Amino acid sequence: MATEAIARPPAFERIPLGQRLAANGLDAVTALCLPAALFIIALFIYPFFYGLFLSFEPKKGDWLANYQRFFSDSFFYGTIATTLWLALPVTIINLVVAVPVALQVRHMRWQRVLTTILVLPITLGTVLVAEGMLNYLGPQGWFNRVLMTLHLVSEPVKLVHNYWGVMLSLVITGFPFTFLLILSYVTGIDAVLEQAAATLGANARRRFWHVLLPLLMPGLAITFCLSFVQAFSVFPSAVLLGAPAGPTRVISIAAYQAAFEEYDYSMASAVAMVMAFVQLAIVVAVLGVRGLFYRGPAAGAKG
Amino acid sequence: MAIAATNFRELRLDRLSRDFGTVNALRDVTITVKRGEFICLLGPSGCGKSTALNCIAGLLPATAGSIWLDDKRIDNLRPEQRGFGMVFQNYALFPHLTARRNVGFGLLMRGVPKAQAEARIDEAIRLVRLGEQENKLPGQMSGGQQQRVAIARAIVVEPPLVLMDEPLSNLDAKLRLEMRAEIRRIHDEIGAATIYVTHDQDEALSLADRIVVMREGTVRQIGTPRELYAAPAHLDVAEFMGFRNRLSGKVTAVAGDRVTVAVGPTTVTGAAHQPIAIGAAAIVAVRPEDMTPAPASTQSFAATVTASEYRGRDFYGLARTADGAEIAFRADNAIATGTPIHLSAAEARVLVFAGAA
Repeated sequence: MATEAIARPPAFERIPLGQRLAANGLDAVTALCLPAALFIIALFIYPFFYGLFLSFEPKKGDWLANYQRFFSDSFFYGTIATTLWLALPVTIINLVVAVPVALQVRHMRWQRVLTTILVLPITLGTVLVAEGMLNYLGPQGWFNRVLMTLHLVSEPVKLVHNYWGVMLSLVITGFPFTFLLILSYVTGIDAVLEQAAATLGANARRRFWHVLLPLLMPGLAITFCLSFVQAFSVFPSAVLLGAPAGPTRVISIAAYQAAFEEYDYSMASAVAMVMAFVQLAIVVAVLGVRGLFYRGPAAGAKG
Repeated sequence: MAIAATNFRELRLDRLSRDFGTVNALRDVTITVKRGEFICLLGPSGCGKSTALNCIAGLLPATAGSIWLDDKRIDNLRPEQRGFGMVFQNYALFPHLTARRNVGFGLLMRGVPKAQAEARIDEAIRLVRLGEQENKLPGQMSGGQQQRVAIARAIVVEPPLVLMDEPLSNLDAKLRLEMRAEIRRIHDEIGAATIYVTHDQDEALSLADRIVVMREGTVRQIGTPRELYAAPAHLDVAEFMGFRNRLSGKVTAVAGDRVTVAVGPTTVTGAAHQPIAIGAAAIVAVRPEDMTPAPASTQSFAATVTASEYRGRDFYGLARTADGAEIAFRADNAIATGTPIHLSAAEARVLVFAGAA
């Protein structure tokens, strides 16, 4: 009869479902993710899978016909090399230039002014930059006229409507983006670490190689990926400043032509899928390399 | 192999100054540090002690004055050319390197041959008693362990001078006492000179051979802990040495360095370390622990207890005189708030300074 009076241990009491979900990080606040999730599904996931399935429904031939066509015709598969040949050097140049500039800028008093100037090209947009370059770097542009007047060259240097035009414009429009990302990573490194290295006998060069660069590596990898993806999907400047029929026929041009000149959306989707796959392969490779480096906080101590 | 400091006689700061815009963070600081000496720069935050340390390390260029290591002028050298060891307040360990590679960093930069470097790293790790932690990353270590790595990293290059910038301020009270003893032991073992910045007078008193008290960018007094504790030369040095009670009055009698001051109705006699004239305004400084309940007399302060707190062995309280002056005192027994009380201090424990509060 006394057993009735003994309360059951609390552990056996039923915890309400809401509390159990909350303990696992699911509560009403989680629902705030819904709009963003819907947005991503509607604008990214659905179109992606739509394109993926479309690419397997060619106008004629079996389900792999589009891919067979792509990889058997150099007019198509050649665009991968052409695009990589633009995007990789551009990304590397932007990174290699942005790191020293960012290292200098972080100590400057006029950091904001300088950052604003450097960021301006982003706001101008690719087309405006392309127009400007056509005028400035063209055969009758200021650049060539000055070189000719100074008798440094006998005929105009060809800097537009070829590989170099596209490359230059990608550097100009891509640099600010790369620089801003790198600057935020660089300022995230505690300045006292460099001071510590200096008191231990490391000169500026060795402070860079032994302290700054290793701590910057993860940030460089992310920046590389983002800059690369941006450069890889080049389209307007490849058309405006390049030779879209030949040396700068990048992969996005191939997709554009398939879609809007041949009206073969299925083939265009296949080209887009190949494009996505190449980007993904490079990004995965770079992030894999990043895994080899230290990835913790870049401060001197906790807290 | 043992780690021993590079040989040198002395480090001299000669009228060292540093301005930040129009602010004089450091003004005409002249200090001589001998080999093997442990010097504490003591002062409140903003007094210029860290600025002085950064100037010595070369992290901050001085705007005037010079720094000499024996006969060599070093204030124009870059930090990496000075070869001093430095322990930073937040330790500044390289987060991507293990404790062992942190310690070895200075040796790597100096191109010390590998076998020799390994032996010296082992010795430094033994010296700071780091033990098993050597292959951990700094992020995996406790504050005390990081502190040990930071010290090992600074001393493994056998610097003539070790600079420490409030190295204990991020540790809890118990660890702070422990590391304090460790720092002194390591200092004695390697024989370098140490310049140690702190705002904690207990730390300075227990660690230093000599203390440099700084205030507003200038040196107020240099002396051994005993000298500073017993005979602070300035009122603000006295304040830092625990003379919390400061009572204003007028000098009524002078006999050698024994000066009598009238503070309201009370006359107090104490020692003055500077000349002071009869009739001059004076401040009487007494430590709370020397101010105790006493019988009513013309030499004791009549006051009312306003607060009292238990400190284990005894009680500390606050009392207010009829003039409104507040006096902190020590008592053996609890005294209820509102109790009238008379307080006095032994003559040997009273200091008199010229000036008005």
